[in-house]
Amino acid sequence: MAKVVFKVGDDVSTDIIYPGRFMATVLPTETPQFAFIDYPEFNAKVKNKEFPPQSIIVGGKNFGCGSSREQAASCLKGPDFVVVARNFSRIFLQNAINLGLKMVICPTIEANEGDELEFSAEQVINKNSGKSFAIEALPKARQVIIDAGGLIPFTRKLLLDTKSSRGI
Amino acid sequence: MGMTMVEKILAKATNQAAVKAGDVLEPRVDMAMSHENGALVINQFSEIYKDTGLDAKVWDPDKIAIIFDHRVPAESSKTAGNQKKIRDFVAKQGIAKFHDIRGDSGGICHQILPEFGYVRPGKVVVGTDSHTTSHGALGAFSFGIGATEMAAVWALGRVLNVEVPGTIKVVCEGKFKRHVAPKDLILHLIGKLTAEGANFKVIEFHGPAIEQMSTSGRQVICNMTVEAGATSGIVPPDQETRRYLQEEAGVKDELDIFGPDADAVYDQAITINVSKLEPQIACPHTVDNVKPIKEVAGIKINQIVIGSCTNGRLDDLAIAAKILKGKKVARQTRMLIFPASTRIYLQALKKGYVTTFMEAGAVVMNSGCGPCLGIHQGALADGDVALATTNRNFKGRMGNPNAEVYLCSPAVAAASAINGVITDPRKGGK
Ligand code: SF4
Repeated sequence: MAKVVFKVGDDVSTDIIYPGRFMATVLPTETPQFAFIDYPEFNAKVKNKEFPPQSIIVGGKNFGCGSSREQAASCLKGPDFVVVARNFSRIFLQNAINLGLKMVICPTIEANEGDELEFSAEQVINKNSGKSFAIEALPKARQVIIDAGGLIPFTRKLLLDTKSSRGI
Repeated sequence: MGMTMVEKILAKATNQAAVKAGDVLEPRVDMAMSHENGALVINQFSEIYKDTGLDAKVWDPDKIAIIFDHRVPAESSKTAGNQKKIRDFVAKQGIAKFHDIRGDSGGICHQILPEFGYVRPGKVVVGTDSHTTSHGALGAFSFGIGATEMAAVWALGRVLNVEVPGTIKVVCEGKFKRHVAPKDLILHLIGKLTAEGANFKVIEFHGPAIEQMSTSGRQVICNMTVEAGATSGIVPPDQETRRYLQEEAGVKDELDIFGPDADAVYDQAITINVSKLEPQIACPHTVDNVKPIKEVAGIKINQIVIGSCTNGRLDDLAIAAKILKGKKVARQTRMLIFPASTRIYLQALKKGYVTTFMEAGAVVMNSGCGPCLGIHQGALADGDVALATTNRNFKGRMGNPNAEVYLCSPAVAAASAINGVITDPRKGGK
């Protein structure tokens, strides 16, 4: 069980999650300081590391639309957020999976800041309202990458397996 | 069962007779493009190889292109450092398709790729930029990916676990009226589909209005398909594709000119009669907030921008120059023009467009992304309103979350510059 610490609306673009003016900062270790920086109150708490791991951000539809900048996923991965949204835009979803950021697709989610959510395999339960909402599976094609903990370990293993199968 | 354009391309890229939407594949990559975010790709690439004992060599340096465009020349020492890191990497790996900050071969990545013949029909192109969708204009399957995904492509030469996207067929009939352009068509379509209407799908364009459209116009519509969430846009290659690649890009080798099967299966079909279109405006703060110009005409504009990978090509500049010739940009308005590549800049110089723009009071900037993302040029003040031929008007785009961006065609931008307010080019500037 974890708490919703931030709620945003529909079509939240990567320009909002991680504005273009900070794009020169690329390293995943450095990007969290700029997460949602145009929402100063939330951003300050991220910077001060006030949120426990697995704290929840709730979004609407089309979360992460726009630019392919991976900083938008890495800045949320750093503080170990879980993002629950009605749906995600394609590139953001892929980036988040590649970096191991936890996402939950929940097309009917209703939750407010402060609510406690519990996740089962099929649904999200809002402990405050008592309602539960069905979860839609992440793309099957990418499950192996999710299971490997991200694309870097997955690719690394693939390269090493190829090497050993060639007997190098 | 017949195949769509993208199904055909992916079948070929995986050596299969047929594939269908929903199949999971690992297609070969023919072109892998990055810009300054190559610095992050390099970082992730070395992470992959960390502690493996393997030599971190890219799979094929000839299939990688890196173009500096987002912040050229560097606006900060941090960006300069990233660019330096990339220069070193490019030299070490033997990547020849590298476009540094130069007046003879620089520009925006999505313009450089076609201009230098790096894109061909039937190929698989990936880029660490969401507008990589642009290259569908030449009949390639071309889509945006993140930096870590690109690092894996550099290592393996294929994209892992790609689900073959379904396709939306858009048939464009009729003829564009004067001062109505491909930009108005794509804005209209995005308004209709909404910002997520094509998520995980490809938009395939057909019909007489597309057949008669120049490659430049096709680049505009494919470029912006991502604003409806699409994985990519694509135009079946034809005589115009051949003309562009041979005459303008200097491509000499055989071209694969093909269309979808007649019995291809589409998720959805949409018909648009372009003869009925009026100039369209995408209003703040989402690209799908599209209105016909009469509903927003008269709104005061502080900054007009013509340029970007969407509308910064020679035909766009020609339209603007024709409207601005002998006129002045309104006193309270600033106008910034940035050609999409240095080649286009040179052509615009020779044709006298640059003179026309400067005499009108516009500022002509170096080729690159410039004000499009407002990192280091043309940022907006609080409360400023911009009208731009670029492709995004999200809150915070152009460097300020407390400003507003409207999107339009080059004709609308030029006519509006003269009046300082959103102006229908069919009614003209004062
Ligand atoms: S011009 Fe704008 S949209 Fe095009 S690549 Fe540059 S930043 Fe992206």
